[in-house]
Amino acid sequence: MDQHPKAHAAAAAGFLADQQRADWHDETLWFVRSKRDKAAQQLPEWEALRTQASAIKEHTLSRLEQYLTGFEEKALANGVQVHWAADAAEHNRIVHSILAKHHVRKLVKSKSMLTEECHLNPYLQQQGIEVVDTDLGERIVQLNQEPPSHIVLPAIHLKKEQVGEIFHQHLGTAAGASDPQYLTAAAREHLRQKFLAADAAITGVNFAIAENGAFVVCTNEGNADLGAHLAKLHIACMGIEKLIPRMEHLGVFLRLLARSATGQPITTYSSHFREPGPGQELHIVIVDNGRSTQLGREDFRNSLKCIRCGACLNTCPVYRRSGGHSYHNAIAGPIGSILAPNLDMRKNADLPFASTLCGSCSDVCPVKIDIHTQLYKWRQVLSKEGYGPAAKKLGMKMMAAVLAKPDRFALSGAVARKFLGWFPKLAVNGKLNPWGRQRELPKVPEQSFREWYRTHYNPKKTNS
Amino acid sequence: MRVALFVPCYVDQFYPRVAIATLRLLENLGLDVSFPEKQTCCGQPMANGGYEHYTQGCNTNFIAAFSGYDHIVCPSGSCALHVKDHLHDPKQEATASAIRERVYELCEFLTDVVKVQSLPASFPAKVALHQGCHGHRGLRLAASSEQVLPFYSKPLQLLQMVEGLELVPLSRPDECCGFGGTFCVTEEAVSSAMGLSRVKDYVDHQATVLTGTDMSCLMHQEGLIRRKQLDITVMHIAELLAAPLPETV
Repeated sequence: MDQHPKAHAAAAAGFLADQQRADWHDETLWFVRSKRDKAAQQLPEWEALRTQASAIKEHTLSRLEQYLTGFEEKALANGVQVHWAADAAEHNRIVHSILAKHHVRKLVKSKSMLTEECHLNPYLQQQGIEVVDTDLGERIVQLNQEPPSHIVLPAIHLKKEQVGEIFHQHLGTAAGASDPQYLTAAAREHLRQKFLAADAAITGVNFAIAENGAFVVCTNEGNADLGAHLAKLHIACMGIEKLIPRMEHLGVFLRLLARSATGQPITTYSSHFREPGPGQELHIVIVDNGRSTQLGREDFRNSLKCIRCGACLNTCPVYRRSGGHSYHNAIAGPIGSILAPNLDMRKNADLPFASTLCGSCSDVCPVKIDIHTQLYKWRQVLSKEGYGPAAKKLGMKMMAAVLAKPDRFALSGAVARKFLGWFPKLAVNGKLNPWGRQRELPKVPEQSFREWYRTHYNPKKTNS
Repeated sequence: MRVALFVPCYVDQFYPRVAIATLRLLENLGLDVSFPEKQTCCGQPMANGGYEHYTQGCNTNFIAAFSGYDHIVCPSGSCALHVKDHLHDPKQEATASAIRERVYELCEFLTDVVKVQSLPASFPAKVALHQGCHGHRGLRLAASSEQVLPFYSKPLQLLQMVEGLELVPLSRPDECCGFGGTFCVTEEAVSSAMGLSRVKDYVDHQATVLTGTDMSCLMHQEGLIRRKQLDITVMHIAELLAAPLPETV
């Protein structure tokens, strides 16, 4: 992973080099956002639902310890084994220790961004365990040995022809085949064998309910159910922020989640798990991994309301044109750009700047996270703590000095206009000036407004 | 009613015609308008770049220039929003607060304070409206497409008063153009790609004029339009609302 502060910009430029693919990526995700718009418009109470969801999460976060211990108590009473992990490494060790106890060699996983965040797959593979992601998109990127590029649509950056090539190489489908139905059928055949052979299943958790110790996993393919019901061992991995207080709150989130994510009225499978099936073991690993630090950062606490619908990614014009991998973090897009600096400020200092602060993410967010405001606030924190480029800091300081004094501003403005006028077009529009790569500079007027006002308008009215 | 004209620094230097149009428009509505010459920049470029802590000089200067007016009007949603959200001064917080409450983007000032019902403007052309995000979603100049709320648009309300002006519908009526202050340079590739998408939308809908509430968004898109030598004229909304305006600069 590139640690240079401009990593996002450089990766995005690389993504945009294939303009046809970039346009297709933009249009595909815009199509998803348009579907979301139609689905939201069908609910006149949409804004009220957002307000309610935000308030429920706010309340839960304000009493998180109480709800977490309440959840644990109920889950234990239901016969579930509960584990606590402070960070990604502990999460991975716990999961591995449970698997080792059961001599698990083959594992099926339902999509979980938390396990992506913890890099569980490579960890388990190093211990000699076969890990198969069973969400179709997730399986495609897994076969292609890359991380998901989107939290809901993990292979959205790949075209069906590329998927056909990946399946040809790994699943033995016909060369050049790209028919979605044919490819899906091949994937289904392949995954059914994996489900039947698996010793254990890992799922994520979309919502954990404090009052009864149950949790809900949402999938469109039923893969969480297939895995969890067939295997003797089910491990569910959840971040501490997944809690909601009561069952009656679940409907609010289920109505918002799928509509925001894909424009569906509801996810195809909303699977409830409460206790282990006969002869089965059910474990829940509750993970902090920086979340309590974020909870303690007042300006960024709200980001823990996130229900991982991906709406802010789909709506973000920067994400749509730069692809998920340019964010070099498990969670991409606007919300990822708030969560990532909390995990590692140095490595992710570029992400809060990968935004125009247009605010579309905040308006689309089903739980009303003030995403673009938090991006602005991260910029202040990162620059103040010295994670910005030195040249930029100096430039900003000089600019601030000029702009603080009217006479300096008027003089440098006049100089700048002359400078732009004198320089031949090629020098200013050359490759060294990023503005001029694809854009002309503004035409330079004879006079600034203040000069015109003073000389041609009404000198008596000048207030100096 | 004493109105101070708040002219964004880059408009002052590169687009004086926009400030002139704004001034004429306000004066033709019978308002007493002054241009406080001490003004420079609101400090937004530094603040959005992560250096809000360098903007105290700008803030102090802004407060000195704009104290004592009934209203402060700016032909930019972005600059007005910055002042509204971030103008502070520990030494004179009450004055800063009064200014924050009195600053208006031009369109919202015309619709909400002056409550104009008609304009003597005429501009027969097919016009595309670009909604600058900071004004649009920050100041709520119009309903945003993400929200499920009744439709309204202050810029549109005003443009409909211009005789002969035909607004073209757009495929993505409130998508960001990618200017984003320093973003246009630090993320040049994405910025240009976003701008070109917007421009394609105008071309697809046969607009001959592009307008908007923020000259910064328009400057970026004009740069792309001119490089591609497209037949689209770029004008700030003040120029359309004050049209026909004699050529002055």
